[in-house]
Amino acid sequence: MSLDGKVPPGPLPDKWDSCKRRLKSVAPADRPKYRVIVVGTGLAGASAAATLAEQGFRVDAFFYHDSARRAHSIAAQGGINAAKNYPKDGDSVERLFTDTIKGGDFRAREANVYRLAQISNAIIDQCAAQGVPFAREYDGLLANRSFGGVKVRRTFYARGQTGQQLLLGAYQAMMRQVDAGGVTLHPRAEMLDLVVADGAAKGIVVRDLLTGACTAHAADAVVLATGGYANVYFLSTNAKACNVTATYRAYRRGAYFANPCYTQIHPTCIPVASPHQSKLTLMSESLRNDGRIWVPKKTGDRRPPAEIPDAERDYYLERKYPSYGNLAPRDIASRAAKEVCDEGRGVGPGGQGVYLDFADAIKKLGRKVIEERYGNLFAMYHEITGEDAYQTPMRIYPAPHYTMGGLWVDYNLMSTVPGLFVIGEANFSDHGANRLGASALMQGLADGYFILPFTLAGYLAERAPQGSGTGHAAFGAVSRDVQQRTQRLLGARGSRTVDEFHRELGTLLWDQCGMARSAEGLKTALGRIPALREEFWKGVNVLGSDQDLNQALEKAGRVADFFDFAELMCRDALHREESCGGHFRVEHQTPDGEAKRNDAQCGYVAAWQFTADSQAPLLHKEPLAFEAVPLTVRSYK
Amino acid sequence: MRLTLRVWRQKSAADPGRFETYEAKEIGPDLSFLELLDVVNEDLQRRGIEPIAFDHDCREGICGSCAMMINGCAHGSRLASRDSRDGPEPAVATCQLYLRHFKDGDVITIEPWRAKAFPVVKDLVVNRSAFDRIITAGGYVSVNTGEAPEANSIPVPKQRADEAMDAAACIGCGACVAACPNASAMLFVAAKISHLAMLPQGQAERAKRALSMVEQMDKEGFGNCTNHYECMTACPKEIHVKVIAHMNREYLAGRI
Repeated sequence: MSLDGKVPPGPLPDKWDSCKRRLKSVAPADRPKYRVIVVGTGLAGASAAATLAEQGFRVDAFFYHDSARRAHSIAAQGGINAAKNYPKDGDSVERLFTDTIKGGDFRAREANVYRLAQISNAIIDQCAAQGVPFAREYDGLLANRSFGGVKVRRTFYARGQTGQQLLLGAYQAMMRQVDAGGVTLHPRAEMLDLVVADGAAKGIVVRDLLTGACTAHAADAVVLATGGYANVYFLSTNAKACNVTATYRAYRRGAYFANPCYTQIHPTCIPVASPHQSKLTLMSESLRNDGRIWVPKKTGDRRPPAEIPDAERDYYLERKYPSYGNLAPRDIASRAAKEVCDEGRGVGPGGQGVYLDFADAIKKLGRKVIEERYGNLFAMYHEITGEDAYQTPMRIYPAPHYTMGGLWVDYNLMSTVPGLFVIGEANFSDHGANRLGASALMQGLADGYFILPFTLAGYLAERAPQGSGTGHAAFGAVSRDVQQRTQRLLGARGSRTVDEFHRELGTLLWDQCGMARSAEGLKTALGRIPALREEFWKGVNVLGSDQDLNQALEKAGRVADFFDFAELMCRDALHREESCGGHFRVEHQTPDGEAKRNDAQCGYVAAWQFTADSQAPLLHKEPLAFEAVPLTVRSYK
Repeated sequence: MRLTLRVWRQKSAADPGRFETYEAKEIGPDLSFLELLDVVNEDLQRRGIEPIAFDHDCREGICGSCAMMINGCAHGSRLASRDSRDGPEPAVATCQLYLRHFKDGDVITIEPWRAKAFPVVKDLVVNRSAFDRIITAGGYVSVNTGEAPEANSIPVPKQRADEAMDAAACIGCGACVAACPNASAMLFVAAKISHLAMLPQGQAERAKRALSMVEQMDKEGFGNCTNHYECMTACPKEIHVKVIAHMNREYLAGRI
């Protein structure tokens, strides 16, 4: 079955304007009668909640942290892209669009990406006006830097804390609306299911994490801004609580899940150091602007890096991709690191690492410049590893970081369930099979500030307000489902902890559905997951009660959904008979080991529809047409 | 290495709470402090004891969730800076503290933030919503989406932007309150007032912002500053107490 993305007709540059012209709007006096539920308060959720409330809609914002300011967008380090072309190096909306389509390995929807590039400039204006302390040049104008995968300087940044500053901007805008009465916050409340009634999203069921109370909430529309699912691998750069539950539950209620196999493995993370490792730490990709990546030429060379002469080092990215060198896109840099480590040339304990060396940059620019640019990152590296990267090269290794897959949405950011909108990392829309650096912040804020408020209003304008009643039988039924699940988790009283199961699942996925995938490996994983899931439901040990703060219970619910979701992810990876972006199938590569796309057979978005627990999901395809950017083999050589 | 932990356990706000002692064996110096708690919690659960509740999330020192007193010192930050002779050592949040700063056989006391305005929820988890209410009172620039002028139409001197960024780096963890003998929130409040007062975008609401945020701070039951500077020492983002002087000027200027 073919899916319609509802892309407006007309030339690419006019689509968004014509869409906005066609969308109906709600009269200002009527807006307070509509309630919108926003789940998640990261960049996408907070910016959407603030903007919807500014326009006069009533917003209920739900999040599982104690404060809305703690969402994981806060951890984004490097920056945010925009086509301002301040450095006058030839950047433009067209170029940002082309880079993003190409960076995504031709698996994103052209119209969405074009709109993203068009909106990028307004985001910078908005954030600067909010008081986001962007880096400046000495003339007081905004500074830009370059970032992996592109050749222009279009990345705006606030030291190594761009995500934090943008999130605080959105959070403050939202808190202003809390003060004005337009936004009601529901902290420490986790969405555990979606309520669909009469063919549309009508509300959610949440668990109050402090009291354990499960309550249903009704609204005229539901917005999911619940982030990505990289924690399915257990070890990732995501915050510990990041999970797939909200989007996976929505999938079970009828929203199609698109491209779950598109996961981004980030090349510059600190390698695993201990068997008790709980998460992986990302070192900003901006480090690749000045650092040179290398491994010894000889396998098993255990000499300290300082004793390996230049002639015996392999600067493999510079060698393989002379044009982009150390700035090759993330998927390519990650896979190249895996390759050299698989050859036995990896460095550090366990041989799972490569060097990121600043010696040449320090020689050329001086230590002071490097300190200014990356001081906080070097300090962070030192605290974690005990090593001084000014003296000895950093060791880095790829780690799961971002997930391009997500709930399928049309051009209006609405899922296949009417009234259910999905924004930010939680949707699938803009990054194709690989996201470029500094594009996640751009997309989250474009969705939240500038797209959703229009398209959601257009949806509401065609309906009468429903009020906040939860009388429909669906609310009771979904609440009962949620409570039964909780009781099942508490009732198992097995002998293994939630984390033990999660680690086992994560290792399996990392091995079989990580940086390189094979049909055989994916089939192994698909065989193993159901058995492991059964062991989980029988053997998990969740102590305590459902009447108070119970962090083990929270985790158990999230891991239970990861088990189901992992199967979907592997199924998607197995069905996609090509290599593209973050999805590398070993069966599909060129003789020199580069990804081989199959545009003729695989040039589509794979959107999966839930059927039943015992049945395989149904695959729907949204064909992708490339009219503005001709299909080419991505080359960074 | 082997460590002994004295951990504050408290079932709920109403429960009086007590210290419990747990042993952590066969752990290495490369573990983070929170991974130490993970290991202890795994062990407790295997023994049928409810795990220690503690707030944490990003585990890279930016979300501001983790919050605990370690040997009487907020985030244990000072334990890391004590060892800073061998290289660049940042101030840290609990999640960025590594066990290499401890010795085999150490006894470590772990408590929640102690402040009237941060009531204990459970074990090491406290309620910091007072901070959110202070921001709600005025910690923002009133600009609706779409109203912003072209970003480069208002230049900001680099030094000014850098200073604003120094203050804006606050992660809202509450260590300043926990470290202060008066449980004062002045460093937190001042960081936001100072950040926005330093930028041209923050000028229009400058006086009103300082007054309303300070008023809310007082309402929440935080103490006053008596210049101990403990807040600055504990702050994982090294926010300088000079922002408090800045806030006082802003407040005074707003009053007259």
